[in-house]
Amino acid sequence: MEITHDHLNKSGWQRELIAIWGYAQRNYFLTKRYFLWEVVWLVYTVMNALTIGFIGVGFGGTDAVYATTFLLIGSMLWSYLSMIFDLLSETVSWERWEGTIEYTFMAPASRATQLIGMGIYAVIYGIVRLVIMLGVISLFFELSLENANYGAAVAILAICSVSLVGFGMVAAVMPLLSPEKGQQVTSIFTAVLLLVSGIYYSVDVLPNWMQPLANISPVYYALNGIREALLHGASFSSQWSNVWPLLIMGAIFPPLGLFLFQRGEIYAKRTGLLKRAG
Amino acid sequence: MVPTSIRPQENALELTNIEKKFKKKRGEYSYALKGVSLTVHRGEVVGILGPNGSGKSTLVRVISTLTLPDAGEVKVFGIDAVQHPRTVQRFLNRVSVEASFFKKLSSLENLLFGAKLYGVSDAESKPRINQILTGIGFDVKRIGEPMEHLSRGMQQKIALARALLTSPMLMLLDEPTTGLDPRSKKDVQKLINQIRQGHDSSILLCTHDMGEAEELCDRIGILLNGELIAIGTAAELKQMYGTENLEDVFMAATGTSLDEAEFAPDERGDEAAVAEPAPELVEVGVG
Repeated sequence: MEITHDHLNKSGWQRELIAIWGYAQRNYFLTKRYFLWEVVWLVYTVMNALTIGFIGVGFGGTDAVYATTFLLIGSMLWSYLSMIFDLLSETVSWERWEGTIEYTFMAPASRATQLIGMGIYAVIYGIVRLVIMLGVISLFFELSLENANYGAAVAILAICSVSLVGFGMVAAVMPLLSPEKGQQVTSIFTAVLLLVSGIYYSVDVLPNWMQPLANISPVYYALNGIREALLHGASFSSQWSNVWPLLIMGAIFPPLGLFLFQRGEIYAKRTGLLKRAG
Repeated sequence: MVPTSIRPQENALELTNIEKKFKKKRGEYSYALKGVSLTVHRGEVVGILGPNGSGKSTLVRVISTLTLPDAGEVKVFGIDAVQHPRTVQRFLNRVSVEASFFKKLSSLENLLFGAKLYGVSDAESKPRINQILTGIGFDVKRIGEPMEHLSRGMQQKIALARALLTSPMLMLLDEPTTGLDPRSKKDVQKLINQIRQGHDSSILLCTHDMGEAEELCDRIGILLNGELIAIGTAAELKQMYGTENLEDVFMAATGTSLDEAEFAPDERGDEAAVAEPAPELVEVGVG
């Protein structure tokens, strides 16, 4: 049994790139193995979006098409962005549940590599789901997209995806700090984002004290920008008020998430929390 | 400066006065490791014999950079594992009592993933997977089956293959045969012997199987309540304690049989027990 050590001569960035591909490919393998569950979740999400679309038809009055489009943009965008957030925030709990956490954390791939690999897969997977949802929904509803600026909407979505990946990294540290309760805390994050970001309503309807919370949610700016682009044909350059907060969050959240994750890892290693069993 | 490579001329592993305690309740701690010092020379197989809760797994976690020691120094081929964990991680791997795989994924998918975390691409790992699996007597036709369909013995062979794929210079084997049926146990032990003979690897083997320790290890240490109380070759230990087998050595060194120690109360689960202070270290021969 002859063993070679060729890979030990690779440069650091080569090894990290291979590892990024490893995380993305592993998630693809897992999606394949859990394919029926993936179908179940997709059907559930599509049905949920259809239900919300029909609320727009039923209660939209004379502007039912606009109301339906407004609601469906919120529904689809939330499905995409919350999925990215969930996949990232479950980075640790997933490994713990499978029992592989010790092997992953003793491997020489960096934590940034792990989170980037997870983030890349989450974005690709989310886009595929979004396209399928869009296809099904367009069969059911008349949508108000005659003036839509799709380029601007895609650009804002791309910037927001980076912020959400970073936001997910921040949340991913929770299961490291508390194996038993950490994942529940990330679910609370998701619920608060849903409440304050204006997914199905304008944030103006929230109580005054709650409205400022929307300002720290990347989903709020993404929704504003994408709705402006799709419903009113607003260009990317005319949406600076929505774009600059997303750019700042995109610049702050990923390094902040990585920093917190690394601090969390050191804490877990010091206190013995980095074990396969919760 | 961060070292990018190991120093092969150095000892594979040097532990100096490793201490680790875990918080139990407010203000109460239990010691998992108490002043453990140990050297594994390059190419050597060192066994750590101890009952459940003696600190074996904590010791392996400290070496594999998963747990930070409170005090002491861990050096792998001369590199400080606490200061430079990522350099050290490239050169070591581990097989533990639980095979720890993505259960729904196949052996191949798990192996490809495990290898990539160490920078081994698919193009490099695929031919090696075939070579390694054939070498360890794994039926390669089953390589596409989900791990959960394989027996524990087969899963453990895949765990060894996963470690071998990354060409570790130091292998940490934490009770790799515990819970296996006798035939699988023999297979895995044979494989460890093959690795020892055919691969430039040093091995730290934690076990509570006396026969396994005697058969596979150049030197054996006895760990009790987080303290390394004796270390030497099997012959040296027997001579030292004037006994004919390792069971009696264990009894003489610890004042209890391994079976009794296995069932001693242990409030901390898989970490070390809080118990009477262990006897002082008896070191015989080199080390």
